[in-house]
Amino acid sequence: MAGVLAPTPWAPRLGARIVTAQLFLLLLALAAAVPSLLTPVDPLQADPLTALAPPSSEHWFGTDHLGRDVLARVVHGARFSLGISLAATGLALTAGLLLGLAAGLAPRWLDELMTRAFDVLSTLPEILFALLVIAIIGPGTANVVVAIAIAQLPNYARVVRAQTFVVRRSGYVEQAVTHGHRPWVITTRHVLPNVLGPLPVLATIGLGTAIVAAAGLSFLGMGPQPPAAEWGAMLSEARNYLRVAWWEAFFPGLAVTATVISLTVVGRRLQRRFEGRPSERGVG
Amino acid sequence: MSLVSIDDLRVSFAGTQVVRGISLTIEPGECVAIVGESGSGKSVTARSLLGLAGPGSRVEASRFLLGGENALAFGERQWRRVRGRFAGLVLQDALVSLDPLRTVRAEIAESLRRPGPSAALAPAGSTRQRVLDLLTAVGVPEPETRLGHYPHQLSGGLRQRVLIASAIAADPPLIIADEPTTALDVTVQAQILRLLAERKAAGTALLLISHDLAVVASVADRILVMKDGLVVEQGSTARVLGEPTHPYTRRLLAAVPSAASRGHRLSDGTRVTAERPRSDEVVLSASGLSFSYGTRTVAQDIGFVLHRAETLGVVGESGSGKTTLARLALGLLKPTSGTVTLLGSPWSGVTEKSRRPLRPRIQVISQNPLDSFDPRYTVARLVSDHRRLPEERIEELLEYVGLDLSFAARRPRDLSGGQRQRVAIARALGYRPDVLICDEPVSALDVSVQAQVLDLLADLQAELGMAMVFISHDLGVVHHVSDRVLVMKDGRVVESGEADDIFFDPGHPYTRELLAAVPGPVVGVAAIGE
Repeated sequence: MAGVLAPTPWAPRLGARIVTAQLFLLLLALAAAVPSLLTPVDPLQADPLTALAPPSSEHWFGTDHLGRDVLARVVHGARFSLGISLAATGLALTAGLLLGLAAGLAPRWLDELMTRAFDVLSTLPEILFALLVIAIIGPGTANVVVAIAIAQLPNYARVVRAQTFVVRRSGYVEQAVTHGHRPWVITTRHVLPNVLGPLPVLATIGLGTAIVAAAGLSFLGMGPQPPAAEWGAMLSEARNYLRVAWWEAFFPGLAVTATVISLTVVGRRLQRRFEGRPSERGVG
Repeated sequence: MSLVSIDDLRVSFAGTQVVRGISLTIEPGECVAIVGESGSGKSVTARSLLGLAGPGSRVEASRFLLGGENALAFGERQWRRVRGRFAGLVLQDALVSLDPLRTVRAEIAESLRRPGPSAALAPAGSTRQRVLDLLTAVGVPEPETRLGHYPHQLSGGLRQRVLIASAIAADPPLIIADEPTTALDVTVQAQILRLLAERKAAGTALLLISHDLAVVASVADRILVMKDGLVVEQGSTARVLGEPTHPYTRRLLAAVPSAASRGHRLSDGTRVTAERPRSDEVVLSASGLSFSYGTRTVAQDIGFVLHRAETLGVVGESGSGKTTLARLALGLLKPTSGTVTLLGSPWSGVTEKSRRPLRPRIQVISQNPLDSFDPRYTVARLVSDHRRLPEERIEELLEYVGLDLSFAARRPRDLSGGQRQRVAIARALGYRPDVLICDEPVSALDVSVQAQVLDLLADLQAELGMAMVFISHDLGVVHHVSDRVLVMKDGRVVESGEADDIFFDPGHPYTRELLAAVPGPVVGVAAIGE
């Protein structure tokens, strides 16, 4: 006797994908923090007698051309890759936040100037731009961090600027003006905190790109120098033995790929959670 | 045979009953009004007549006859035949109810093309003519040119007319209008009400949903007063408004601010005893104020003075420059010409830095307080407003506005509209202002909540002696609160003077037009007064 109109309520589904991605990132964090927990072997310990041995029960990922354990090198490499990309993302985030905020609050001509500069920077592919920076400041781990940070900075700056514009025109900022607060108080208490919202999501996805960029620059020999166990550098060394020992290149490559995919999956998930979009099919 | 005959209607959402057993009959050609405040279940009742009670709803009734057919057995297909053909729906906000990507013609033509016999009756070639006829019937001027217009090109009143035109397109015997005039100016509201009355005269039955007793009074034959999902009182319009029997109805009527309610408290009808200290000290004055956006002048040659502890009312329709006036007074806009003086110091034409020390002296509360709250802040933090106020002071401020410390940790988002406005007032009071600018402070509130907030402002004014600029489109509210009034039109002050003079003996034709447009007098205001 009742007319009932009840569409199926949208319920979040804890997909296997997101769980796998999170587990992998956890493992990665562990590898970066205490690598010895995952492998007792020294990643720099060469043993010419067992060079280029295929994966076996003794060496799960095989050994490289100098007889070093690939598993140990991949595990230890996590520290470099994560370290470089975290540092670069942190740097890009901080600088992007400050520049974006400045642009959003600046007088019109200055904002215009800064915005066009961000636009120009983002026309170049990140990796190419990072290479350009390296060409100027020279190779080395610290310089790779700086180069990636500069290349990624416009992404954050643009989002922050747009958000600053919205908050700056909001009712509560106007209200704060009528209360006679100084601009500094309004910026730090109202504008800055309300601008931060989208950044964690953006940074998670940016971390993935930074990892690819870090591996790419190391592959070209711009980053940590041999014999350091860095994924990009390992790939670079391994490419000479690709025909005889696929495993030397395969596992570091797999590590990069899996890390980036995991970060993207988690990032997208966060994005949907915070931007309130319903789940789309086939993503995440 | 009754058009609609419903007994013991119950609607629940997720186990909570929002309509708790009401009966409703509508005879052909009759106008029935359901009056109630937000959350009373009036809209849900109206929507369930169209099978649109909403997702997750459960509708039950012991009898549910629409045009003699048992609607309880209806499937989605039958409901679609009810909508438009049996009953047309007119919603409150025509801007969101009209598809922004479709022209007026496409919008109305769609209603003509509903499946069923009426579609067969209307050959394709005559659609244009039918649409023109409908637009003429609802009083759209120049219907030929309006055919190709999109909703954003139309004014609020025209959009509402287009919506009504599409509701009556299939010539339904019943029109359901849910707050059809709430978003409209008083003169436009009068036109729409006249239009609805015309439809009634043409034999269409009307179900009118409103929170505004005055709106309903002019059109309805019968009134049902709803509260918390129940009908607390019903009867003929004259009887319900003239001799209300239920205390809630009486309270509603008494809460309507008007000329007669001046000097009375709205929420309980008692006379205000405290005499407000009036003085000749000028706290805020403006002369020759103009403001333009580019070439568009939104305020021209505005001048006024505001004395301590006095209330200056500002009335006008949307676009008359009321809010521009508020922003100029607050020093948020730089006037193109003219000067503002606050407490004897120059307020316009000086640097923001020199204005800053005086800013706390002039505070503002607005129509939508939520916009003026940082979304991350709790009530305590909002009221304290970066000044590290001791807890006792916060408690004192909250007590001023009838809240207590239990609200301190809550967020404005979780509060009701009236509570939010109280928080905004508490925050403004924290600065001990000399001037409080109130920009439509009660427009978004239910009439009983509006009454409480107006009473609160009156009490605070008497106690603290602040001057108020009270901006509203509601003439009754302005007459209730104001000592003196400015009437604005197209950015100019057309008339100003003592409130009673303006309202009882208007000098300017526009003021007379405004006053004439106010829907019929609500009798029984003094029902529980004195």
